[in-house]
Order: sequence, then C-alpha cells, then structure tokens
Amino acid sequence: MAVTVLIPTPLRPYTDNLEAVELEGETVAAVLQGLIGRYGDLKRHLFTESGQIRNFVNIYLNDEDVRHLERGQETPITGPAVISIVPSIAGGNHA
Amino acid sequence: MLNLDTSQVSLSREEMERFSRHLILPEVGLEGQKRLKAGKVLCIGTGGLGSPLLLYLAAAGVGRIGIVDFDVVDTSNLQRQIIHSTSAVGKPKVESAKQRILEINPYCQVDVYNTALKAHNALDLFRDYDVIVDGTDNFPTRYLVNDACVILGKPNVYGSIFRFEGQATVFNYQGGPHYRDLYPEPPPPGLVPSCAEGGVLGILPGIIGVIQATETVKILLGIGTTLSGRLLLYDALKMSFRELKLRKNPATPPVTELIDYEQFCGIPAVTDTPAVEEITVHDLKARMDAGQDFVLVDVRNPNEYDLCRIPGSVLIPLPEIEQGPGVEKVRAALNGSELIVHCKSGMRSAKALGILAQAGIKGKNLKGGILAWGDAYDPSVPKY
Repeated sequence: MAVTVLIPTPLRPYTDNLEAVELEGETVAAVLQGLIGRYGDLKRHLFTESGQIRNFVNIYLNDEDVRHLERGQETPITGPAVISIVPSIAGGNHA
Repeated sequence: MLNLDTSQVSLSREEMERFSRHLILPEVGLEGQKRLKAGKVLCIGTGGLGSPLLLYLAAAGVGRIGIVDFDVVDTSNLQRQIIHSTSAVGKPKVESAKQRILEINPYCQVDVYNTALKAHNALDLFRDYDVIVDGTDNFPTRYLVNDACVILGKPNVYGSIFRFEGQATVFNYQGGPHYRDLYPEPPPPGLVPSCAEGGVLGILPGIIGVIQATETVKILLGIGTTLSGRLLLYDALKMSFRELKLRKNPATPPVTELIDYEQFCGIPAVTDTPAVEEITVHDLKARMDAGQDFVLVDVRNPNEYDLCRIPGSVLIPLPEIEQGPGVEKVRAALNGSELIVHCKSGMRSAKALGILAQAGIKGKNLKGGILAWGDAYDPSVPKY
C-alpha cells in the first residue's frame, strides 16, 4: 500500500530535509523499516536498541497512536494512509 | 464544569461596558463573565507562549492571574514575547508582565512569583488556582507541571513549539489523558535541539499561546469542546492544522508524588566536571596574538556564521560532524595542527568534541563560545 510518512521538523536533517516521504508497505512496521532503510540516521531517533519505538516519539497511523492499536506496529495498512511521526518538543521560549 | 463560586462576584458599571461584547454573547452572558472574574489561572512562564495568553486572559476579564517566572527581560525576547516592551529590558519578567496586565485590565488581581518552579514549591503554588497553563520551555518543568496538576486534579493547558511547528492540548481535564499518557518519558539531553539552538518563528508562539488562552477561557466558562483527548498540531509554513487522538494509556504508572525532574530528564548536575578540555577566550586571544599554530573550527550553522564569526575560524556545522563527513573535514583542516572548537555558548562544540574524540581527534572547547569572545574582544558580536 502507498503510504505517506510525515517527517517532523526536528528529524528532517536526517531525511534530506524532506517533510514527507512516500513509501510502500503492508504494515506500519514494514513502512517504518522501509523508512530507516532509506534514511539510516533516523533509526536511533525512532527505535531503541531492542527495536521498540522510543518513549518520546509517537507514531500515528492516520489519527491513531499505534500504541493504542490492537496489533500495534503490526497493524495492516488497508488503504491510502498517512503515518505521522510526532516527537516530544519542549519549547516555549528559551532565555 | 469547574466548580466556581460566583455568588460573591459582581460587575461594576464600568466592567459591564468593558465586557459588553461578552455579555451580549448568549454562551457567555453575565453569568459567564462572573465565572471568568471568579476564575483563578496560574501561568508558568511569561515567554513566547505566556505573553499572548496572558494578554488575552487579562483582556477577557479573568479575575485572578498568577505568573511564575524567574527570568529577566532580554532584548532577544522581544521578537516574540509581546507582553514585554523595550523599556522593560533588564526587569523581572513577572513585574513587566504584571504592569502590562494591569494596564489592560485594572480589575485583575495579579499574583507574581519571581522564582523558578521546582518540586518543592509547585504544589503550594498550584493549590489556589483553578487552571494551570504551561508556557515553559524545558522537559523537566513540563513533567513537573503535569505531575503537580495530576496530583491536585487541576486541568493543564499545554502548548509547545519548535521552529515553525506547534502542539497544543488540554491535559488532565475531566478524567482525560495527561502528558505522561502522550510521552511516557522525555528524550535524553542532546537528542533534540533546543529552541536556543534551533530558533523559532516569533509569531508561532502567538498562535499556540492564543489557542491555550482560548482553551483556558472555555474551561472557565464551561462551554464548547476542549482539546482534551486531542493533540492539535500546527505547521506555520504549510499553514495547516492537524488533529491526532490522545488516549489514556493503561501502562502509565499512577502519579503519586513529585520527583527529581532534572534527574528524570537525564540532565547532569551542574557540579559535574566537564568531559572535554576547555580554553578561555583570553587564552585564545593570546594564542592568536602570539601567532601559534592551531585551527579554530566553528560548529554553528551557516546562518549563524553569516551573523558573526571569530577571525580565522573554519565553519564545519555540528550536523555534518554528527553525520560523518564533517569529521573528515575537521581532520583535513587540521593537518597536524592543534584543534580548538567553538559554537555560540559552548554546548554544541562540547558535543562535537565528543564525536571527534571517538574518531581519534582531540581538541579544546572554547568556554562560553562566540558570545564570550564578543563580550571580551568584539562588541560587533550580537547577543543572539
């Protein structure tokens, strides 16, 4: 399935500054593997060494956090979909 | 709906006139305006987010506003912190904000807390208020604000920004999710660039701060549908708003007490000895004057290099060093000479030296960066 992965500003230095990447994949996990296959530097920002999604990065399939989907990252993608990577940001102002 | 006691609240003739556009709105009316006047809101931070939201809360007629900030107004704040004026530079932010709030609405009671929010004072500060608004700029304070709100059962109106993007939601409202449901833990220091490194479009916190003000007023009035359970994402460059679902996470441990938030966020105590060797700007100047053989590498971004530079420095931005090619550029630039690395204030150059050390390249970090150099030797360097 064709999937658009939206890349947030803090991670764009690792995706040649692209804000969106078009990929193919049957599950969320497959799409994310495809993404880090293409942009290797992203891997340590998205996954722990044991392959879990990091606790300060959320992955959404359309508008749903994949942690709350019954099959998590293994959720099949059944139609045109958008995967959003939403990292924790803290800024308000910095003195 | 929040339990606000309006039985003792009345509006003067002047207040009726001032708030007439609210009074004729059926969803607000006299009772709503009394609720706003009975409402007590505590705003953490009077920076980019706090500035616009405080202005609107004051104008809307919120009866009591508390503000917590330990900082003083700096010239570089004025690009976005619109509650502060040029004449307030050098003054405590809470005093500057209080003055402006009272100019807008003299009927507002303003409580100022010229202090840093910490685990030892948060619960006492929050207890008296109905709504807490998070306008802070760092992870330890955000987790502290969240946990104190959860413990006391207060809604936490959240906003956060980065460069051109913002996030907003309402946490811990009517049994809804809180910050730890969204992000169980913060990123380790250094993995995400700070606002000071990354920059921010001055108008961006205006949009997010006004969204926070809107949510605060809705909570006080008890009208509409708040952002509780929804994370709003704003992208200024695309001028797009998106919404994601935000749910309670059964795996989130219950919050029962406040903890050491610096430690939780992995921030080392300031007493730790620096891991990299340092050199002062005076040593650097002496070496320059003596014509010593060394290479000064500037690891800031090209747009910062355009702004100001130390004579003779070579630009090799930190991201290039992190990604690899920059390491070889440094090696080539050195060609046997001694290495000195600098950035704006010394954080990024220390990080660069850590990466270079792994590749067998040793060097010294310029303490205080180009800002310290500017203070000592070059008044043309702006305090950016």
